[in-house]
Amino acid sequence: MKVYVPRDASARALGADAVAQAVIREAEKSGLPVELVRNGSRGMTWLEPLVEIETQSGRTAFGPMTPEDVPALLFKDITKHPKAIGPVEDLPWFARQTRLTFARVGLIDPLSMTDYEANGGLQGLRNALGMTGEELIDTLKLSGLRGRGGAGFPTGIKWDTVRLAQAPQKYIVCNADEGDSGTFADRMLMEGDPFTLIEGMAIAGVTVGATRGYVYIRSEYPDAIEVMSEAIRVARLNGLLGPSLLGTGPAFDMEVRVGAGAYVCGEETSLLNSLEGKRGTVRAKPPLPAIQGLFGKPTVVNNVISLATVPWILANGHEAYKDFGLGRSRGTIPLQIAGNVKHGGLFETAFGMSLGEIVNDIGGGTFSGRPVKAVQVGGPLGAYFPASKFATPFGYEEFDGQGGLIGHAGVVVFDDSVDMLQQARFALEFCAVESCGKCTPCRLGAVRGVETVDRIAAGDASAMPLLIDLCDTMRDGSLCALGGFTPYPVMSALTHFPDDFATVKEAAE
Amino acid sequence: MLDSADFSARLREIIDAHLGLEGPLLPILHAVQAEWGHIPEPAIPQIANALNLGRAEVHGVVTFYHDFRHAPAGQTVIKVCAAEACQAQGGRDLVAATLKAFGLKDYGTTADGRVTVEPIYCLGLCACGPAALVGDRLLGRATAKSLQEAAQ
Repeated sequence: MKVYVPRDASARALGADAVAQAVIREAEKSGLPVELVRNGSRGMTWLEPLVEIETQSGRTAFGPMTPEDVPALLFKDITKHPKAIGPVEDLPWFARQTRLTFARVGLIDPLSMTDYEANGGLQGLRNALGMTGEELIDTLKLSGLRGRGGAGFPTGIKWDTVRLAQAPQKYIVCNADEGDSGTFADRMLMEGDPFTLIEGMAIAGVTVGATRGYVYIRSEYPDAIEVMSEAIRVARLNGLLGPSLLGTGPAFDMEVRVGAGAYVCGEETSLLNSLEGKRGTVRAKPPLPAIQGLFGKPTVVNNVISLATVPWILANGHEAYKDFGLGRSRGTIPLQIAGNVKHGGLFETAFGMSLGEIVNDIGGGTFSGRPVKAVQVGGPLGAYFPASKFATPFGYEEFDGQGGLIGHAGVVVFDDSVDMLQQARFALEFCAVESCGKCTPCRLGAVRGVETVDRIAAGDASAMPLLIDLCDTMRDGSLCALGGFTPYPVMSALTHFPDDFATVKEAAE
Repeated sequence: MLDSADFSARLREIIDAHLGLEGPLLPILHAVQAEWGHIPEPAIPQIANALNLGRAEVHGVVTFYHDFRHAPAGQTVIKVCAAEACQAQGGRDLVAATLKAFGLKDYGTTADGRVTVEPIYCLGLCACGPAALVGDRLLGRATAKSLQEAAQ
């Protein structure tokens, strides 16, 4: 009997290790031959720890499991188990998804190259090794893939710039500094299917002529660091990395680098400085990292999900990918539904689903059962959306048109107990803590912004225009998205929830 | 103790183990902190020397990143998520209750040096918040009680 107990950080945070220990203990006690696999998460966090059992009749799930639920799982009729929920693929929440990038996450043993290949792994790289640089770039451009870190820049154009640059050394850098609250897709992918990311980086190396790669993972993700490091070791043993990719291709190798708790290092130029061993301050662009990136060399900097999606596109063709989506947002997006939500987790779907459908239909409304008041989309630098904007379809341009951004596709739900003035204050406070200090509007503006919100909270109405003016200055006068986008949560809170900024003032008057 | 020959020799080993890397400073600092629980002041000139950097440059890097400590933390470090997704699930109350449970007025270390409570901005456990990290143990749907138990 094969038993799957996730080793994903969210499953572990909800007690998966104790469940796994119970499985081993009970199996040893009874002499039952049990093979325990620590897989990734299937993405339904509210069912974690979600255990699966593979028998001749297929794979079926149980959750949320506790150690006390384990004996009945191993020794009794499992169809009658109180936590039985049937095959994961049949659960409506799972069946509604379009899992391309996350197809293998939760399904396979993350560190088994055999599992990986048996489920479509390496096909993208094999195809890539038979193509010219131009053909690879064309495929990427035609797929419509855009940067999933949030900026949405066309991946094919970025790679082509690096490909055409002349230099003795080029680099592939994976930005796994997923610091946005409400996002965990990068973490889940690295913990659940790390070879996909390695394959994507190898394809990038082949395409642009780079032989070295770095994956910069934030220190807040110890599990992802562990799995990625081990996966790189296994990949080397199996020829997925090394002097000749798969024995026939060019050289490519990579290593993990660990961040040190600076949010701003998720910004690509800060990240490059950090990799070089410097303070993680932002660089002015130009020069673009594609021309002068890591150590001044042409560098592809991409988010985990962008890189991990490339193998699917190469294996299945650009048409198949482009067929999904809406407008200029092609393909799928792994939504991360989080915060005060009943059914939170990772939901990969084609672009175009409305925000309301995501929050109410997929997410099932709030965890607390109270009405939804606000939804922050795109992390700490994303706008707060009121329910009146729930018709907005999930796409880069569509959210931009509504004064927001999709960012890394985190969707954080708040119920009606949230005080939006406090959320605006927090956005500025966070910016003050995390500012790299390079741009004055960000470094000083964030601090002044907190003080100004406090004045508003104390009933000083004259502070309101100051805050708006300050937000304009930060937006226009900052080099990167930290200072430039902090006005999004602040201004959206102010615009859509004016009552939270007014009640205290009126009471004071 | 820290400026003894032993310290210097051990630091030399750590530095040498990383000199083959491109951009070795952050990996060295992580290794130094793993060894001594913080970045001891005397380490800075020696690292600077080995990497052909100025002391000020190394000091600047150490102080830029939140992870690097100037003094060792308490025996158990509790990092409570203070970011939005956890706030939506009562994270602010959890921070307050945790500080209170350990008799702290603000983030920091208890007088007996047993526990350090710090904020962390996102553990990627945003669908099971509020979240926390106690030592190396992750906690989802955390309460002040579950944090205290994990810290035992």
